[in-house]
Parts: sequence; C-alpha cells; structure tokens
Amino acid sequence: MIYKLTYKPFGERAVLIEWPAVIDENTLLDISLFKEKIKNEDLEYIVEIRNAYDSLLVVYVKELISFRNILNKFGELYHQEKKHFKLRPKLWKIPVCYDDIFAIDLNEMALEKGVSKDTIIKLHAKAVYTVYFIGFLPGFMYLGGLDKKLHTPRKSTPRLKIPKGAVAIGGEQTGIYPSESPGGWNIIGNSPIEFFNPKNNIPCFANAGDRIVFNPISIKAYKDITTLVEAGVYQLESEVIGD
Amino acid sequence: MYSTIQDLGRHGYQEYGVPYSGVMDMHSASMANVLLGNDKHAAVIEMTMTGPTLKFSCDTSICISGADMSPKLNEVPIKLNKQISIKKGDLVSFGKLISGFRGYLAVLGGFKTEKVMNSYSMYHGITDQSTLFKNSSLLIDTSLKSLGKKHAVIKMRNTHFNVKKIEVFKGPEFQKLSQEQQELLLSQDFTISKENNRMAYQLEELLENNLEPIITSSVLPGTVQLTPSGKLIVLMRDCQTTGGYPRVLQLKESAINILAQKFTGHTICFDLKALLI
Repeated sequence: MIYKLTYKPFGERAVLIEWPAVIDENTLLDISLFKEKIKNEDLEYIVEIRNAYDSLLVVYVKELISFRNILNKFGELYHQEKKHFKLRPKLWKIPVCYDDIFAIDLNEMALEKGVSKDTIIKLHAKAVYTVYFIGFLPGFMYLGGLDKKLHTPRKSTPRLKIPKGAVAIGGEQTGIYPSESPGGWNIIGNSPIEFFNPKNNIPCFANAGDRIVFNPISIKAYKDITTLVEAGVYQLESEVIGD
Repeated sequence: MYSTIQDLGRHGYQEYGVPYSGVMDMHSASMANVLLGNDKHAAVIEMTMTGPTLKFSCDTSICISGADMSPKLNEVPIKLNKQISIKKGDLVSFGKLISGFRGYLAVLGGFKTEKVMNSYSMYHGITDQSTLFKNSSLLIDTSLKSLGKKHAVIKMRNTHFNVKKIEVFKGPEFQKLSQEQQELLLSQDFTISKENNRMAYQLEELLENNLEPIITSSVLPGTVQLTPSGKLIVLMRDCQTTGGYPRVLQLKESAINILAQKFTGHTICFDLKALLI
C-alpha cells in the first residue's frame, strides 16, 4: 500500500516524514520498509534516521543537501519498487516472573477487573507484541498488542522509583522499565534480563518491527537467569519470523 | 555545584532511546577548544552557575569560556577566552557569577574520562559517573605541547548573554494553533521557571490551548512542547528522544546556545524565522 506522506522541516537539518496518524502494524511495516530503503542508499548526507508510531525523522548535514533536494530524493525513493527489500523481524522470548514479590499492582488490578491474578498473567503472556520503536528511556520499547481486557489507567500518583526490569501496564500499553525510573504504570512482574547495555556496540537486542512474547518463570528461574545475566553468559531465545 | 564532562554529544544512538547530551552552549565550549588548538570534539568541563576548585598535578594549558564565574589561578583573577598556562600544583577556582549561567573549562587535548558510544558526555545510566564530585580525579593527555598564540584573546559578544530574542522556526504542530494562539506565542514575553536543567527549560506563562495530544513522535533538543495545561517546555540537550505533547516551535541551533546561558527568572521572547528551503 502507498500512503500519502507529509514532509515537514523540523529545525534546520531534519525532516519529519509523517504517515496518517494511526497506530497500526501496516503503517509500521511501511515506515520500516522506507527506513530500510533510505539506509540502503548509504547517503553521505544522512546523520541519523529513527521512527516512531506514525513518523520517520531524518537528520541530515545541511551543508551537503537542501531540504528541497531531500524531498525530491525521498519522494522518488518511496515510490520505488520495494519487493527486493525484505525485513527480517525477530521474535524474542522474554522471561518474566509474575510472582507477588514483583507484581505489586497485580492484586489491585485483579480486584478492579473482577478476575483472578492468573487470568491477568495468562492474558499478558499469551499475546505477541510488536516493537514499534524505542524511546522515553534508553532501551524502553513501545509495544503494541496488549489485550483490551488488560487496559488499565495509569496510577494517579506516579511512583518515584520503579525498579529496573519492572513489567508494567499503563493505559493501553505494556512495557518494561529498562532502568530504575519514576513512573505511573501498574507493575505486574519483573524480567531479569538486560534491555539496555551502554557498553555494547548495539545497546538493545530488539529493533523496531520485532515481536516479543513474555514467558512466565518462577522465582527460582528468575534467580538462575539473574546469575547468568550477571556473569554475561545468558542467551536470550529468539527466532527469525516470516520470510 | 553541578559540573559534568561534556563534548559535542552522542550521535547515532537515538533509535535506542539514548539522548544526545553534549555541551548546552556549543558556541562557548567550541571557543574554549579552538583557543587551545583542540579538536572541536574534545571533552570539556561544563560548570553550572559556579565552578569547582581544580588542582592540577601536571603542566598543561587551559581555556575558560562561556559564563563569567570570576575564575582565578592561585587566587589571582584570570581572563576568559584566553589560553592560560598551568604548572603542576596550580589551583584554579571560581567565584561570583557575573554573566551567563554555564561556563566551560577546556584543557589541552581534552579530558579523558570514560567514553561510551563515541562520546565522553556524562549521562546517568550511560556513563558510570554522571557528575563531577569532590575529589574526582580527571585524566588528561600530558604528551601534548600547546600551540603558541598565547596572547590571543577573543572577546565574546555580550549579546550572547543579554539578548532576549530566541530565534525559532515553526514546529511540526504549529499550524494546529489558532491564529490568536500563534500571535500570543510569538509576541508575549516568557519567564524561565525554576524547572530548568539539562533536560528542559519550563516557562512560567501559560498558553491556553485545546490541542489534542499527538501520537508519540520524535523530538529534538530545541523542540518547544505545549502541554494541555498550557505549559511550554523547551527541550534541551539531555531530552528524551520521543514525546507526546504537540511540538509548536523548534529553536534555531544557535538559540539553544543562547537559552543555555539563561536561568530562573530571565525573560525571553520567541522570534519566528522562515526556514530557507
């Protein structure tokens, strides 16, 4: 599908390309394909390219190209045949411990919704989530695909400290706090793995367009994985999807 | 005291949610590096409001630029924007803030602290150390020889610190404001609130609006966000990579440097420029 894109200058050396304002996977796919196309051109004037739900931001060297010429180049590129561009998204299996010691808001959520804690855990761990992009905090994945039954308003007073690895629900979204931070989401578990490591060349394992599932684990398994992660030998399970 | 090591920032990692960071006032920091013959990417100390006392354990050269914090070498006042020779055992200290808000101290060859993702800029969660603290020791390269030109002094234009106008372009959501709101935004004076730091500067005066939040999208240093309650937030170098508030204006790059030298209670006004495209 070809979308009607809007190009806006964003400061002196960036262009914001916008798709129709919706959050859906087809839009993400189109954005990801366009992003790959641009990257694939290896254009010397491009400094940085990143996407969000319905947009792509391209930062360029203004001494090397004008905004007008960028528009011409990108307009042409977008309409080029895209069949030889294959995205190879991955599916990541994220271990999560939903035990009460981590899931400090699970009880209240269950009471509120009139279901058992187990039902919430099952619904949360059953879905396949799409990584739309990473933002907010280093390594924080914006995920789509949360079951409607799990939509829960943010807490009226945010907590000052949400622990690293906390798996939480805020409004229509679910996510994992990659580092300790303040936050207003409802905490339902914790993952022992690293979502962001500044010492790695590529600091996050997941990319926009990847999928993730949550794999419920016991406290014992949580501790075992923590040991492996700390020793730097834990291997996160993943597979390439589609082709 | 709030001092950090900064360079021109961390580029190419925004897709992982990593802020750019880097010196708040690139103009002043570059001046200090240029006067020492350093590479423009050399890491400097960014000092906010007041500076630390530094004891040197080797010979080198320094240059101080940006805010005037009454710098002294062994208790004797020294000039800004001038190469200063340092001998082992010398003490550099700072006193009263005379002008500006952020000062830069560059050293020959730059400071060699931990480099993460191609940058020395300190940021909590990225570098192990996020600020300088008492008894911190900093490594420098002692093998370098200073270039001559010791008598060169550059006079900074005062306008860098005094100008009230902040040059801006239309932001991606500017057109969503009504004619009246646009006029208010561009004619009114705004006061910098006490909520101002390396991440963002909030402004006191509210701009009443009924804009819908946007679907979370990219932001940049210099983006001016408008909240539903009417608060204007100017994002600075340590800002997050994405946000959900309408982006009504975008500061010109040079205007970020100018704003970085202002603080609580100062007034600014936005001066809309047309983008040359």
